[in-house]
Amino acid sequence: MKKILQIVESAYRGTLEEQDDTIIWLSHILKDAGGNIDILLRGHAINYLSIKQNASGLMFGQKRQTQPPHIANDIAKIMEKGVMVFYISEDAVERGIEIENFLTGAQKISVKECPQLFSKYNHILHW
Amino acid sequence: MSTKKKLTFVLMDPPFESARSTTALRLIGIAVNKGIDVNVFAYEGAVSLAFAGQKPHSNPVHGRSVEEEDHPTTKDWIAAIYEQAKISGSKIDWVQCGFCVDERGAGEYAPEMRRNGPTELLKFIENSDNVLVIPTR
Repeated sequence: MKKILQIVESAYRGTLEEQDDTIIWLSHILKDAGGNIDILLRGHAINYLSIKQNASGLMFGQKRQTQPPHIANDIAKIMEKGVMVFYISEDAVERGIEIENFLTGAQKISVKECPQLFSKYNHILHW
Repeated sequence: MSTKKKLTFVLMDPPFESARSTTALRLIGIAVNKGIDVNVFAYEGAVSLAFAGQKPHSNPVHGRSVEEEDHPTTKDWIAAIYEQAKISGSKIDWVQCGFCVDERGAGEYAPEMRRNGPTELLKFIENSDNVLVIPTR
C-alpha cells in the first residue's frame, strides 16, 4: 500500500463552523478506509498540538455552539489509530509556542530532517 | 435627524472555509447587541453565508449523530443575529449581490434580506459612520 504524508499548514480555516480541522477530519476518514497515512504539522498548524486550546463560548444571539472543536483531541484520536504525527521544531521556536503543553506522542523534527522524512512516502499532500 | 450609529460590513468569504466569515459574524453580532444599525453587503462567496439550503450533518469522526453534533450553519447564526436585533432594536439591512447569487445558484435566503447590485455598496458607504471590509485573501 502506498504511504501518504499529509502536510497540514493552512490552519484554523473555518474550524469554528466545521467543529473540526477539515484536513485532520479527512485524515481520519482516509485512515478508517484503510489508508496508510501520517501527518506533518507545520507553520501555524503546529498549535493544533496544544492541549490548552479552548474554543467554547461562541454564541450568536441565543444560538450557542454546543460542540466547539477540540482539535488536539482529534489528533490524539488519530494517533491512537496508528497515524504518526510530526511537527517542525523551528515553527514552534519562531512563534514562541511552548511545546511543554503539546500532546505526548507527536514527534518533533527539524526542517533539515524533512527530506529524509519525505523520502519514506509515495505521496505527499500539502494542504 | 437620527444620531444612531450605523456600520457597514462588506463580506467576501464563503462559509465553512475560512475563519474570517465567523469573525465577521461575531463583529456584526456585537454591533447588533449594542443596538447599532448594521448594513451588510455580501459579495462573491459571502452570499452563501445565508444560503437557505445549508443543512447540518452528523460527524463520523466524532461518532455523533446529526442531533448530537449540533453542527452550526451560518444561515442559522445569521437568523440568530436577526432575532437578537429584534430585542436590541438594531436594524439590519443585508444585501446579497445579485450577480454573485446567480453565479452560485444561492438564490434562496431569508426574506429579511434583499438582492441588489454593487451600486448599493456606495449608498451604504455614504450613509454609514464606518465601513469594514473583510475580503478574501
